[in-house]
Formats: sequence, C-alpha cells, structure tokens
Amino acid sequence: MNTNSHYDVVIIGAGMSGLAAGIRLAHFGKKVCIFERHNAAGGLNSFYSQQGRKFDVGLHALTNFVRPGVKGTPLTKLLRQLRISRDEFQLCEQKRSRVCFGPTGDVSLGFTNDFEVFESEVASAFPAQIDGFRRLVAKVREYDDVSLDAKPVSAREVVREFISDALLEDMIFCPVMYYGSAREQDMEFGQFVIMFKALFLEGFARPFDGVRVILRVLTAKYRAAGGERRMKCGVRKIISHGDRATAVELDDGQTITADHVLSSIGGPETERLMGEIPEMPKSPVGKLSFVETITILNRQPAALGWGDDTIVFFNDSERFNYAAAADQVDPRSGVICFPNNFAYEDGRTLAEGVFRCTCLANYAAWKGLPESDYLAAKAQWFSEIQTSARRFLPAVESAELAGATLATDMFTPRTVEKFTGHLGGAIYGSPLKHRQGRTTLPNVYLCGTDQGFLGIIGAMLSGISMANYHILRGS
Amino acid sequence: MTKEETKQAVLDIIADVAPDEDITDVKPDVRLRDQLELDSMDFLDIVMELRKRHNIEVPEAEYPELASLDSCAEYLTPKFEALGK
Repeated sequence: MNTNSHYDVVIIGAGMSGLAAGIRLAHFGKKVCIFERHNAAGGLNSFYSQQGRKFDVGLHALTNFVRPGVKGTPLTKLLRQLRISRDEFQLCEQKRSRVCFGPTGDVSLGFTNDFEVFESEVASAFPAQIDGFRRLVAKVREYDDVSLDAKPVSAREVVREFISDALLEDMIFCPVMYYGSAREQDMEFGQFVIMFKALFLEGFARPFDGVRVILRVLTAKYRAAGGERRMKCGVRKIISHGDRATAVELDDGQTITADHVLSSIGGPETERLMGEIPEMPKSPVGKLSFVETITILNRQPAALGWGDDTIVFFNDSERFNYAAAADQVDPRSGVICFPNNFAYEDGRTLAEGVFRCTCLANYAAWKGLPESDYLAAKAQWFSEIQTSARRFLPAVESAELAGATLATDMFTPRTVEKFTGHLGGAIYGSPLKHRQGRTTLPNVYLCGTDQGFLGIIGAMLSGISMANYHILRGS
Repeated sequence: MTKEETKQAVLDIIADVAPDEDITDVKPDVRLRDQLELDSMDFLDIVMELRKRHNIEVPEAEYPELASLDSCAEYLTPKFEALGK
C-alpha cells in the first residue's frame, strides 16, 4: 500500500500518457504517483472482461507502426525514451484496409503499411488528382508536426490547395478524423499531419493479445523504475495557494501534496478540478462521441465470407459529415474493425471472430435516457449500425451472421463518460488543444488527449514530452 | 578519469538511450548527430543520464559541448575530476 502524502509529481490518470510520463519521471529519480479512479489502467484504451471474454476498448489498431530500422518516427522515439525494446510490444502488422464511399461502396481506396499501395490506389481512382496528392504528401512529410508552438491553420483549407475533388478530399479526411479529430468537420493542419502520417505513411499493427500487452509493458516498466500507482483512487480537486497548486484532494478526502501536477484527464476536466480561478479561460467540452458495436463470432470473419480487411472506413453520403449525430447515432459513416485480420506470427489466429463497428453519436441524446429506454435504444441502434456497415462488406446472409454470433456488446457515449471521465463522452477530448500543456496554474500541466498528440503512440509521446519539457528539463 | 574513460562513459549512455544505433565505430572527431540518428530528445536523455549516473550537471547553454566524443571528453573530464572520479 502506498501511503506517502507528498510527491514530487502527482499524475492524474493511468492511461497511456500518464503511464509514459510516469516512467520518464520515475526513471530520473522523481518521486511520482499516478492516481487512477478506475480499477484498470489504460484510460481510453483499456479492456474489460465479460463472461470470460476479454474485450479491448478504444484501440482498433495501434497506429504509427514502422518496421525495425526505420528511425525518427514517433514509435521509435517513444521506445527509446521509455527504454522499451520493440519486441516487447509484440506488434503484428495489418493485412490491408480500405476507405469505402458511396451508397454501396462503389469507390474504394485500399491501403497497407506500404504507402505505395495507397498512392497507386489514388492514382487509379483519381488520375486527375494524383499530382496534387503527391504534393500534399510532400508537404505532410516535411511538416514539423511535433512543434509545440505551431500556428493553427485549417486542414481542409490546406488540403484543398492540393486536392480539388471533394470526394477524394472526404475520403482522405474520413480515416484521419475518425481516428483522432476532436473538432467537427475540420481539424487543425498539424493534427491532420500527425494522423495522416500515423495512418498512411506509417501504419497499423496490433499485439496478438491486444491493448493489454502494451499496458502490461508500461505498468511493469513504471513499477521497475520506482513509480507508485493508486487505483480506484481518483483526484477530486486540485488545491492551490496563491498562484500555484500545492496539493490534490482524493475521492476519499485524503490530501496529497505535490510540487507538480500532471493531468491526463483533459482540459475542461482539469479546469473543473482546479475550481474557480479568476480569469481562467474555459476550455470547451468536445462534441464528438461514438458508439461501438462488438460482435463475437464462432469463426474467423474471413470464414464467414467477409474477407481479410483489417479496417474499413465507410460513408454512404455525398459528403462525409464528421459531426455529432443529429439523432442518437449517425450510421451513414463509420469504421469497421476485424482484429482477426492482422498478420499474427506463425499464422496464429484469434480464438474467436470479432466484428467491431464504430459510428458517430450524440451524447445529449443518450445521456438523459431512463434505463429501459437506454437499453431499447442500444438494441435498436446495434441492429441499424450492423446493417449499415455490412453494405461495405461482401454480402453475408443475416441468418448466417446470426447463427455465427456468440455474444454482442455495445458502448455508448454514456459508457465512455463513465469509464474515462471524459465530459460529454468526448473520446478525443476538447477541440481546444494545449500544445505546450500549460494551464492557468504554472505547476499544473496537461498531457494526453488535450495536449494534442493523437493515437496511443501520440498519447505516450505526449506524456513523455510534457514530463521532459516541464519537469525534467529544468530540474 | 581519463579522456578515453569519459568517452566510454558517454558511449555507454548512448547505448542505453539509443539501443537501435550501432556504436561500435563512432568517430571521436565527428559530430555525433552526423553519424548517429540522435535528435534533441536523445540529447536531453544523454544529459539526464549524466546527471543520474555521474552527478554531472550540463546547463542547457552548454549542450553544444557534447557535439562529438572528443568535445565530450574535453568538456566532461574536468567535471568528472572535480567529483573525484
């Protein structure tokens, strides 16, 4: 039992960013403790068990995958910074993924972890756009996306300087937004660059046992470095005296003093903990939340006739509408993920088939529902989401799918808010990012989602960068 | 501590900070950055490992002194000696 009442650094949240920051700080001799309200580590990328099955939440795929020997990318940087050998993450590459648009998926752009595949798909589907596309890629490659003080510009505007076909524009934005944008319809160009690199120039991978492999590596590293962790022990208040934070108050009322507080729980969420501070600007709560359906199958998706795509990003409408759903769910677009379809070592296959499908949702439309209506809405939308997504996959008879289904589960914006603490169920946090991680109090910093590096590799890099920048560099 | 020992101490740190770099043939008179893929995060790590392992402080303004193995030896050896090493 950790019973200290003072730490050099208190970290709020045992997600990817908090754990990564903790490893750095503990490694360099800081007395550090992570406080986590939930009983499991991982935050937005965690897992749970139900009837003996382990389900991943969040992670469809680890983005930013590069093969051994490729240096200078986020994955290699974080492995170095955390003193983790890449074998420990046991990453296996995707087979292939697609962006699929049109009412029945007539236009499709395939991609793999070899960027040439995507480029040639763009060239063949959009021959008039390929030169612009190549120039856009060149701009993305040279852009300094980890700069902590870049000026914000609209990604849509920048991309339109290179791409004049709205369909191609939307097909590029769909995966990039679904995997990380906290803003409706547009994103900041730096964020776009991070995601474009993460998805297309780098790639997708997954450990055979899912996100818990990565969490296990991080928690073991953190413990070995001397870091402390208190689970089921949330922080309910950041106490300040004068213009500095001096302590945190835990859910059980205990007070822990600290020299620095590093919060991974989000901008608006952290501001709430700081209470009323005169002239403190308020970060907006994000509007984008999601539902996800999970279907467990008694065979591999390929055996059911669904092929071996890893991820399929789909949209049936003329324009891709990345915004909070008008109804409880917007099933017109979404993301299908088959965790089975990674190239696991020695041809290993997951014991059961998994079919996951994510769509945009509306937090307010779910939040106030009485329990019985909530369950009914879940059942109704489960079916609508599955029906919508299946239009973009090879046809499988409904009776056959029903016969192959062993179990289902679904999360909603309510589930997200309950387990991650993100206000509004906003998975990607507030649209206002704080690149330098600064808050109104000079010794309280943000890392993770609302600092603005995206994806789980981005989250870890965020924790590392903020620990380095604010705490280790100057000490 | 001799200058050669200082160089070895720096190489030991680089081996831990950037285990995916081949350091068997690092030229002492060539900038580390020009022969190894080390970015500013890695250099910060080298500085912090010097502090952690050897109690040696390198102020930010003096990071350029760590450019090559030779310059590391010139700059760090007196610091090691001052600590009685």
